[in-house]
Amino acid sequence: MSELDKSELDELNSDADTALPDPLEMPVMVPDAMKDLHSFEAAPKHQNDLGFPGELVDDWQDVAIAKIGDLRQKYRSFRVYLDSCVKCGACTDKCHYYLGTGDPKNMPVARQDLLRSVYRRYYTIPGKIAPWLVGARDLTEDVLSEWYNYYHQCSQCRRCSVYCPYGIDTAEISMAAREIMDSVGKGQKYCNEIIGKVHSIGNNLGMPAKAIKATMEDFEEELEEDTGIPIKLPVDKKGADVLLVTPSADFFAEPHIDGLFGYAKVFHELGVDWTLSTTASEAGNFGMFIGSYDNMRKVSLRIREAALELGVKRIIFGECGHAWRVAYAFLNTLAGPWDFLDPKYPVPQHVCEFTFDAINDGKLEFDKTQNDHMTLTFHDSCNIARATRMGDKPGGQFEIPRAVIKAVCNNYHDMDEDTIKEGTVCCGGGGGILTDDLMDVRVKGAQPRMRALRKVTEEHGVTNLAAICAICKSQFTKVLPKYDFDMEAIQSVHQLVSNAIIMSDAPKEEETPAPESPAKSEDEPSPSSEADKKMDDPHQNDRIG
Amino acid sequence: MITTIYALAFYFATILLVVGIAYRIFEYAKVPAPLNIATTPAPTTVSGVWLRMFCEVALFESLFKSNKWIWIFGYLFHAGLLLVLIRHIRYFVDPRHVPDFIWLGIAYIQPIGKYAGFAMVFGLAGLAIRRIVVNRVRYISSPSDHLMLLLLIMIGVSGFMMQYVDRTDIVSVKNFFLSLAYLNMFDWQPLPDSLPLMVHLTLVLILMIIFPYSKLLHAPGIFFSPTRNQVDNPREKRRLAPWAKALESGSDKK
Ligand code: HEM
Ligand code: SF4
Ligand code: SF4
Ligand code: SF4
Repeated sequence: MSELDKSELDELNSDADTALPDPLEMPVMVPDAMKDLHSFEAAPKHQNDLGFPGELVDDWQDVAIAKIGDLRQKYRSFRVYLDSCVKCGACTDKCHYYLGTGDPKNMPVARQDLLRSVYRRYYTIPGKIAPWLVGARDLTEDVLSEWYNYYHQCSQCRRCSVYCPYGIDTAEISMAAREIMDSVGKGQKYCNEIIGKVHSIGNNLGMPAKAIKATMEDFEEELEEDTGIPIKLPVDKKGADVLLVTPSADFFAEPHIDGLFGYAKVFHELGVDWTLSTTASEAGNFGMFIGSYDNMRKVSLRIREAALELGVKRIIFGECGHAWRVAYAFLNTLAGPWDFLDPKYPVPQHVCEFTFDAINDGKLEFDKTQNDHMTLTFHDSCNIARATRMGDKPGGQFEIPRAVIKAVCNNYHDMDEDTIKEGTVCCGGGGGILTDDLMDVRVKGAQPRMRALRKVTEEHGVTNLAAICAICKSQFTKVLPKYDFDMEAIQSVHQLVSNAIIMSDAPKEEETPAPESPAKSEDEPSPSSEADKKMDDPHQNDRIG
Repeated sequence: MITTIYALAFYFATILLVVGIAYRIFEYAKVPAPLNIATTPAPTTVSGVWLRMFCEVALFESLFKSNKWIWIFGYLFHAGLLLVLIRHIRYFVDPRHVPDFIWLGIAYIQPIGKYAGFAMVFGLAGLAIRRIVVNRVRYISSPSDHLMLLLLIMIGVSGFMMQYVDRTDIVSVKNFFLSLAYLNMFDWQPLPDSLPLMVHLTLVLILMIIFPYSKLLHAPGIFFSPTRNQVDNPREKRRLAPWAKALESGSDKK
């Protein structure tokens, strides 16, 4: 660790452009670099839809302080974490937003302190008697706006919680802060508008039932054209065995759709009777991002209702990071018990677990050469890596997706060990900040991941990055070009499955043509203009989850 | 006079420390953890969680992954502190009241205890220097963070003074504390007259008094940290906080 030597660091930074920088290289500290980044605030209607005041209430200080008191009675994490931090500094270099922006308020402990300072002022004796001594401060308008700006520069990725000696999870503090801000009428447009959509329509994109059905019919045609077999994408099919809950981005954006095709092919090949639901047509649960148990619960209950209504026996979740966190870790609590489902299967299951089991049982066959035009690496989505599991062994969340990729691809190489698995660095767009008004921090926060990717591309010839999170995929499509990669370098894991799977009922003479090579952008002066247009449509990029 | 003041102060500080920490533990235990937020990969069994907690408390495992400098200094400090505290037990207990094997253990620690004091102060000094020199850590420090380290260093240094510079009559000190510990009300044995001793005891009193109101709460806090003490079993086990259960009775759930 050269951190005691600052001049050495400066030197390292100065030749960052020529040599390959360490993905986790320390930035030069630039206080207040990001202090003015203010995402759009929610309109009164969006606030009211979720049960929050429309605009800043008159006695907002009192309400906010009372809310802190309320939360510390409701969440042990909030209570214990506010008290326990010793300011040891171990987490200070662990947040990708600090690494990418150099703004010290993006160091996890400093982010916590924005709220802890106020907690100390009103809820601890030293803070009441001698605020200057313990870094306590009054809740003023400036503090509120600082909260708003910096708590929306946290992707709730929990990397800091891995490295803190007490496991202090800044995500818990960010969620609480957002809940406090919502309760005084200062919500964020991106999250709150989306949650309203889920409540009223059923998914983040606001796609009505009719549109979903029409889209699936189009997809069925497309699949039949490609493969020569009638692969179905059933919608609202009563009595199906499996309910697939997947992010609505899978209906809309690339490379998500190809992932959806992958699930459909696996189900078809295994003869699984499955269905999507038009009411539970969204896996993502943005209620978590704003720390609102009520909203998170309400969004989860849709899935329970759909499962009951359709009479399914099991629930499988598609590729989505935060969604899998809510599904794996919270769904049982929020919307269980699931005693009406088949007890042979965990509730819910991840589609990677499902495919992995089928591969292990020898029920699927692949032609791996279909993916030979690529060398892959895998981005562990933070929320899957650090907040969930797959399979029955700890760490299955790392091994299972990799096993699936390796079963369908010949060329695979991991990124640096300290940027994957439990130490994975976020894509930069998670936790409710995947909105254009926060593009600055999204791009900067992606820097460590992009550097790690650069390293494997140079050293091991990696061409493509696979992920299992809708937010990650959308974020990468946007930020890859900013770091001189091709936006199409991002792949869904089940897209790879889809490329390689051998369908046993496929017409014999059919030769599936290898997909076009998504080469690196060096060879490609301008990114595909059609795809670019697609991503610039606000409907495309703003409501993904 | 001085003896009486210190005697009363120690009773006061002890009560504050014990009641204060007990109350904090009660508070932490009372607040529900409504959701499973274990940082994964996490153990899937209760015994696994015990092991994880042991590694955190006894080895500072996460800190080791995180930052070797803080780990080395922090570990020297805490291990030193622990040994020094054990070494201090002999000032508060009468050998006649403890089983032999425990007393032997305490006696055994004595020689190591001497070096432990140095390790402790060395570690503290390292942490203090880091807090000033590393700009990230300086940025997050409040005056209280620097003062806490200073307080502990001064406790150590005044302890060394009693031992190596201005030798204090330890037997009298021991008699004083034994008379306190065994509640010989108003028959407190006199404290010897020694400046380093006065400084040492005063600083220890301050430490005891601020403990339940400061970041020193990390000591009980670590055991209550949900990201570390939860079993990774949410698909098998529902956890409903009482306030969350109240929502269930609403009519919105089929
Ligand atoms: C269960 C027992 C304890 C555990 C597991 C524990 C663990 C830790 C850890 C991991 C750190 C962060 C790294 C470091 O700076 O050393 C720390 C810091 C600290 N601990 Fe403890 N500790 C315990 C008890 C205590 C006690 C009884 C004291 C009382 C004097 C104490 C005083 C401190 C101080 C002052 C710091 C901050 C050091 C700094 O400013 O950098 N700890 N502790
Ligand atoms: S690592 Fe934990 S205890 Fe240390 S400064 Fe960060 S949050 Fe506080
Ligand atoms: S949760 Fe992630 S984004 Fe938020 S402070 Fe921690 S490391 Fe940074
Ligand atoms: S979007 Fe993906 S990488 Fe980013 S925080 Fe979420 S899971 Fe992590």
